[in-house]
Amino acid sequence: MNLFQSLTNAMDTILDSDPTAGKDRVFNTPLSEQGIVGFGIGMAAAGATAIAEIQFADYIFPAFDQLVNEGAKFRYRSGNLFNCGSLTVRTPCGAVGHGAHYHSQSVESFFAHVPGLKVVIPRGPIQAKGLFLSSVRDKNPVIFLEPKILYRQAVEEVPVRDYEIPLSEAEILEEGSDVTVVGWGTQVHVLRDVCKMAKDQLGVSCELIDLQTILPWDEDTIIKSVMKTGRLLIAHEAPITGGFAAEISSTVQEHCFLALEAPIQRVCGWDTPFPHIFEPFYLPDKWRCFEAMKKLTSY
Amino acid sequence: MSRLSQERKMAASTWLVRAAFLRSRGKLSHLRTLPNAFKALRLSSSSSDAGAGRHQDKPRYPGISNSYFTEKLEFDDPDDGEAIPVYRVMDRNGKVFDEAHDPKLSKETLQDMYKKMTLLNTMDRILYESQRQGRISFYMTNYGEEGTHFGSAAGLLPEDVVLGQYREAGVLLWRGFTLDQCMNQCYANQFDLGKGRQMPVHYGSKDLNFVTISSTLATQMPQASGYGYALKRAGTGNCVICYFGEGAASEGDAHAAFNFAATLDAPVIFFCRNNGYAISTPTSDQYRGDGIAGRGRGYGMKAIRVDGNDVFAVYNVTKAAREIAVNQSKPVMVEAMTYRIGHHSTSDDSSVYRSLKEVNYWDKEDHPIGRLRQYMESKNWWDNELEEEWKRDARQQVMAAFAKAEKALKPPVKDMFTDVYDTLPSRLEKQYHECVDHIAKYPHEYPTELYAQDK
Ligand SMILES: Cc1ncc(C[n+]2csc(CCOP(=O)(O)OP(=O)(O)O)c2C)c(N)n1
Repeated sequence: MNLFQSLTNAMDTILDSDPTAGKDRVFNTPLSEQGIVGFGIGMAAAGATAIAEIQFADYIFPAFDQLVNEGAKFRYRSGNLFNCGSLTVRTPCGAVGHGAHYHSQSVESFFAHVPGLKVVIPRGPIQAKGLFLSSVRDKNPVIFLEPKILYRQAVEEVPVRDYEIPLSEAEILEEGSDVTVVGWGTQVHVLRDVCKMAKDQLGVSCELIDLQTILPWDEDTIIKSVMKTGRLLIAHEAPITGGFAAEISSTVQEHCFLALEAPIQRVCGWDTPFPHIFEPFYLPDKWRCFEAMKKLTSY
Repeated sequence: MSRLSQERKMAASTWLVRAAFLRSRGKLSHLRTLPNAFKALRLSSSSSDAGAGRHQDKPRYPGISNSYFTEKLEFDDPDDGEAIPVYRVMDRNGKVFDEAHDPKLSKETLQDMYKKMTLLNTMDRILYESQRQGRISFYMTNYGEEGTHFGSAAGLLPEDVVLGQYREAGVLLWRGFTLDQCMNQCYANQFDLGKGRQMPVHYGSKDLNFVTISSTLATQMPQASGYGYALKRAGTGNCVICYFGEGAASEGDAHAAFNFAATLDAPVIFFCRNNGYAISTPTSDQYRGDGIAGRGRGYGMKAIRVDGNDVFAVYNVTKAAREIAVNQSKPVMVEAMTYRIGHHSTSDDSSVYRSLKEVNYWDKEDHPIGRLRQYMESKNWWDNELEEEWKRDARQQVMAAFAKAEKALKPPVKDMFTDVYDTLPSRLEKQYHECVDHIAKYPHEYPTELYAQDK
């Protein structure tokens, strides 16, 4: 299955586990993101499992208020009398090569600033299904970001059975001793190439980590790795300023100060809107990451 | 005594009249012309009811101004009464019903309009195809909605400001946007006025008072209210026209736009292109009630529904709406009924959610261009010979602009960093240098040969 089929399969798993059949379970709504999310919060508060879909992450902002001021605080502000934990918001995100301003953005850091929300982003088909099932069953509202360029890219042996991948746990994809390399979503694939280039061309051993859950994030796995390697490279598509790499960098610096052999490197989108025709120069591609890798290892 | 005049006589309160009247409307089809009389009744209620003692006791609540008390428990029922009618001038074959409503546009004007409508059609076909061939990244056609574009554009002054959605390329063509300018934008080349930053069809022109398109739906709508308000204060005598789809009308921004324009008396024409679908969502899943025009009353706004495939009707309506907006400083709601004949965009396959038969009906039997052509033929202002000649000419023009735009270099990389702010902040300037230094280090990994040099 590709990532798209894997998520459809996960949706089927959820729908099949609910005995109430009917057309009123899966439906079109009027075109209003604030409506879609607010409606989802209401359904979740009433005890239903609600999966809301926003066509593109770039269009989630009309629902920002519902997510930030409502969904995230429903439990806290009511003294846990009420909650909307059974809400999951699905939305496609990230660069696709031609999406320009409004079909390309990575929005994770906006929501990473909101206690009460969980933010999840899979790197491939197998993770997508397991993380999605965990997100839907998690007792907190989850924003599930789907890197849309991956929908039809790779095919993996996705188990047809029901399985979960725990939230808030990063996954170490490759163990290594010289540099810790952290990314999520599409960027994991770029970084995999970079790790290979580092090994082949620089003789550098990288430890590649997929963060998977942006909030609440798994700082222990990253810190442990950097204590071992002494070097950290983080990359994401979103603009560098205020991006989630900043949070990771700062936390690691606090915990690993004496273990660091070089300044932490962040390779990210520039501080501009996501530009159409300039996308090749905008992205933290493997050449930019490789350059950062060289800096890290020659410091 | 007709049923209606009986009802007028016994009007104890306009509310009762309204209810009774509405109940009867369904049965008495000849009452179609009566809404105005009915409105007059409703407005005069305060004076004509003076005799009925208890109705002198008027509600004093600050939240209402023109209501009255009733002792009858009755809900206002949207299912009572008739829908707002669809104003038209021509029938489906381009025959004018009532000469008085023929805007009598000159032969030259109509030939110009017809040529631009078909030019848009030709451009749409070629750009759609070029996306299929991977030469541009995306495209949206305007098929079937040409009547709404040209009818409305012609009913405005060039100084009136346009805030559009994305499917209004005809409005730009009417104002003088050139094929070259369209193509440059779609190819994101160095001559694109938007500097290659947005997807195709996100046109804009300061000279033509057309604010650059944004993909995010309905965001332009409250902006239109603000723009109109500022125009009013500046006293230029102009209005804003805000185009939007019936899907976008569901966004929260649409509500804010209507309410702001109404309460702040902003000269804005809210022009809805109701083309039946928001991508795959049919109008039946989009709203209840009497469409978009039906909302006007709720916002305290004049509203009209028009046959969007009748370019004369759209023209008349826009002109009249403009009068209200500018002379009375009030927003107006226009709902133009039309049909999106093309797929939503190059990312859509509409055969999944609608039948070819349905699409064919609009393409073959009720097309705005066809209607105009029949009208012109009836006046001997157009014929097959002119058509053939123009078809060739139009195609040539489009192909020439297309080839030119395709060849042009992309904008310089520096344009990625400028205009984020009015001036380049130092942090961003450092990023720019980091970017060009990096490209210089890895010259073979970047398609720099396709881009103009930084100055
Ligand atoms: C805020 C926002 N949500 C979703 C979208 C994705 N989208 C683009 S066009 C469209 C349908 C709009 O339909 P309508 O307003 O009826 O205009 P039409 O395309 O029919 O002309 C949608 C859902 C968007 N661009 N912006």
